[in-house]
Amino acid sequence: MKRIALLGMPNTGKSTLFNRLTGGAARVGNWPGITVELLSGKILLGGDMVEIIDLPGIYDLHGFSDDEQVVRHFLHDNVPDLALVILNATQIERQMSLLLQLKQLNMNLVVLLNMADEAKKYGITIDGRKMSELLGVPIFLLSGKYGTGYPEAQQAITKALRYPTPGMAEQLRSKLEQDTHIEAEMARVLKHAVQIPAQLPESLTEKLDRAMLHPWLGLPIFFAIMYLLFQGIFLLGQPLQTGIAGLFTWLREAALAPLLSGLPQALQGLLLDGIYNGFATVAAFVPLIVLFFLFMAMVEDSGYLSRAAFLMDALMARLGLDGRGFVMLLMGFGCNVPALMGTRVMRSRAMRLLTMLVIPFSLCSARLQVFVFITAALFSPKAAPVVLFSLYLFSFAAAILTALLFKSKFQSNEPFVLELPPYRFPTVYQIVMRGWLEIRHFLRRATKFIIAGVVLVWLLTNLPPSAAPAGSDTLAGMIGSFLQPIFAPIGINEQLTIALLFGFVAKEIVIGALAVIYGLTGAALSGALGLQLDWVQAYSFMLFTLIYMPCISAIATLRSESKNMGFTLFSIGWSLALAWLTSLAFYQGARALGY
Amino acid sequence: MMRPCGIMAPLLNSPFAMPSTTLATLHPGESATVVAIHAEEALHQRLLALGFRSGRQIELIRKASFSGPLQVRIGTTDILLRRGEAAKITVCRV
Repeated sequence: MKRIALLGMPNTGKSTLFNRLTGGAARVGNWPGITVELLSGKILLGGDMVEIIDLPGIYDLHGFSDDEQVVRHFLHDNVPDLALVILNATQIERQMSLLLQLKQLNMNLVVLLNMADEAKKYGITIDGRKMSELLGVPIFLLSGKYGTGYPEAQQAITKALRYPTPGMAEQLRSKLEQDTHIEAEMARVLKHAVQIPAQLPESLTEKLDRAMLHPWLGLPIFFAIMYLLFQGIFLLGQPLQTGIAGLFTWLREAALAPLLSGLPQALQGLLLDGIYNGFATVAAFVPLIVLFFLFMAMVEDSGYLSRAAFLMDALMARLGLDGRGFVMLLMGFGCNVPALMGTRVMRSRAMRLLTMLVIPFSLCSARLQVFVFITAALFSPKAAPVVLFSLYLFSFAAAILTALLFKSKFQSNEPFVLELPPYRFPTVYQIVMRGWLEIRHFLRRATKFIIAGVVLVWLLTNLPPSAAPAGSDTLAGMIGSFLQPIFAPIGINEQLTIALLFGFVAKEIVIGALAVIYGLTGAALSGALGLQLDWVQAYSFMLFTLIYMPCISAIATLRSESKNMGFTLFSIGWSLALAWLTSLAFYQGARALGY
Repeated sequence: MMRPCGIMAPLLNSPFAMPSTTLATLHPGESATVVAIHAEEALHQRLLALGFRSGRQIELIRKASFSGPLQVRIGTTDILLRRGEAAKITVCRV
């Protein structure tokens, strides 16, 4: 199968383009010569199946960052039949150096000048034909945002693939000295093919930044945006979740229970109280999660995250981190796994490890499910959003405390140099695409962990068969009472202990496990929890859930990214200790105050 | 560091020769020309890739509060960098 490599600098819309080309049907895969995983997808081009690989964004083919080395090693060991080079048309004058570096390797190239729409707004005119002539490679202007220019580009790619691959030069490193030549050639092409006005017209970005990055107003605006975002997610998502949970309960009573009534009692229990209850409880959160990721996608695609890095870098520097680390923490609110992988942009290993140590404290969307359910069950509708926000504050506090405690162990002098992209308004297509990817990701996790998890919970709460379900004689009851000496001082009862145990696998299972343990779903489960727990216990449980290790995937990612088992174990141990101590301080403190 | 720069620099004692300074000392709204970069190999490469080359004009857009990073503009690209990194870039005010 022919192979196309997607190459470009960061912030060129490469990933958007990749998603569009592959229709989102990408898979993560390993490649010879490199240790990190890359996204690839197969598409039909001109009657043949072609594989497209999304390489990390790089500034310099001859650089020495992890990503730059990954790209070089990939090209060396997996010579592609075609390199599709994506350049940001608004920054053409400095992005061209990468193209010329690639051209020197004598590769089969097709160039896509992305964000042509934005370049036009800046008054930058690019003569694609002339540039194509001067460089001797096919060049196409397109807008990934609006989807224009694709058919022509696809035709050219199909055509370029028909030519045999020219011999790929192996002396990549020896080309390093030719940078002067590149500069001269850049100047020549730019002079003939590109006109850039001396003074760029003031853009919307500048007007917005005057407020968003204001010396005094910037930080308050940032916190207001975050607060409104999480308020909005809760206010919109919680009723949706309750509604869907009700729908699942109704479906069970109206259709499933009568349908399965002929089956043996134990099998009925496994199917209804185990798999169905567990899955229904978890699935009820899908709209909340989709909503969350839509909001996150808007913030992420808008370019605001780099502004957050600018605003927060001064504080982060005092914690031994930098502005990018803060962005990773925010990304971790979605899911810790990509945030952990995102630390690859850091070159200093010490800073990378310290950032990886704090990311698991980010209140991810899976933990959000637990908190939304429990706050709705134990707190008044007025107090619930405030309680939820306080958990976000605890999430930051745990990260800050961890960084402060361990920064001397992970000292670095990593430079902080970051590009600031203009604001962009994501299109409906981008948002829908993102939502769809998240639903698919959730369904995958559902089949992998969640079903298996809830079945296991059901077995533990129903074996041995002689014991009363979820009673103290079952396996779960025994584990719960065995761990009670540890969990009793922080106000967590035996049932909640079992749920926490399964939270190690994935936080999505926690509420599903409670549904199985109590044999109830939706409103009935909230009611049972409300009767059994008071708010101090519930909050202590939420604090523990927030701080201890996020899930098995995060642990695995931590292990593979740090390539250090000791560090991974340390991270798990520290989060468990911090979770227990925080819950203990809160629970005993609140009790001592008479609550 | 305080050697003269600018087009009048060869006339060392000329009143028109401007003293060179570092990017970190510029005020928001001021423009300057990059004279030299005194950074270690990796940072040097990265700054070059972002467009910091001697002779390029650079504008300081704003500084973050609490001694936070700077926002500078080179051509059409906006870049954030810390004051420590900016101090490694010698510039000449325009």
